[in-house]
Amino acid sequence: MSVHIGILYSRIRRDEKLLLTELRERGHEVTKIDVRKETFDISEASETFADLDLVVDRCLATSRSLYATKFCDAYGVPVVNSNETADICADKVKNSLALEAAGVPTPATKVAFTKESALEAIESFGYPCVLKPVVGSWGRLMAKVDSRSAAEAILEHKATLGHYEHKVFYVQEFVDKPGRDIRVLAVDGEPIAAMARSSEHWLTNAAKGAETAAFDLDEEALDLVQKASDAVGGGLLGVDLMEAGDSYTVHEVNHTVEFKALDDAVDVDVPGAVVDWLEAQADAGTDDHELEVTA
Amino acid sequence: MTQCVECGADLSLHDDLEAGEIVDCTTCGAELEVIDTEPPVLERAPELEEDWGE
Repeated sequence: MSVHIGILYSRIRRDEKLLLTELRERGHEVTKIDVRKETFDISEASETFADLDLVVDRCLATSRSLYATKFCDAYGVPVVNSNETADICADKVKNSLALEAAGVPTPATKVAFTKESALEAIESFGYPCVLKPVVGSWGRLMAKVDSRSAAEAILEHKATLGHYEHKVFYVQEFVDKPGRDIRVLAVDGEPIAAMARSSEHWLTNAAKGAETAAFDLDEEALDLVQKASDAVGGGLLGVDLMEAGDSYTVHEVNHTVEFKALDDAVDVDVPGAVVDWLEAQADAGTDDHELEVTA
Repeated sequence: MTQCVECGADLSLHDDLEAGEIVDCTTCGAELEVIDTEPPVLERAPELEEDWGE
């Protein structure tokens, strides 16, 4: 069955291109929605949103993702990922709180609002520890803090030069991972594929140039991915785990997950599996709508 | 032939060009956004914003 899918975007990365190609090859109608060109009326949807079975949020900018998905909700257009999921995943504080509340092992984290209290949090962890921006991606503006003098300098820079969000100090224990972390692409907690991202640098983001290789998930990891997905409301997610001793810790869940590096690293047809899931979501949305009309 | 808006060099573009895509100028290294595909129209790509990511 052919469906009509809207793609919210402001930049077509290779990830979006893989999705577009797969959707079109399967005969689905695709409407690209450049959010930079849209205006969102609070009372009614523009023509762009008419007749869409499903919207896929692929906004590059977190702020746009949060508002655009909220408008999709208001317009009654099914959207993945949901605004609720985006809201949690977009913010590292909310992300950590959700994982902790769900009993998912996650690095010890403290949040402080002043340089002084942040320094107390840092000293409570000892050195090294990690300072992260609450909003951000690709390993940018992450600081591994090795000493009190470095901590003081970083905090002053963040407080003086940063956007107000940089005055929300997110302090985390340093996890001594074995030179790699694990990215799992999952749909409602069901993994499509996983890869290890390895680097000699403490940051192992693929965007930072980490080497990638397919990774087989064991039962414990599978269970954690399901729990982490549930904790943020499910959807098409990138769950990041670190090996900690003989167990794992989940450091974050990403809601507009990139998968080009994963597609290169594994034998699985990643965009194909993503589109399988999108088709199921679109069908479910259509069925719900038909039920409402019948009722 | 489409030219780089930054340095004027001729650009060799692939066939499955997509509006919103970024192409690099192999001469000057500029990142260029595809504004339209038929015919190709390119503009200098926006600078990285702090909240960009996944």
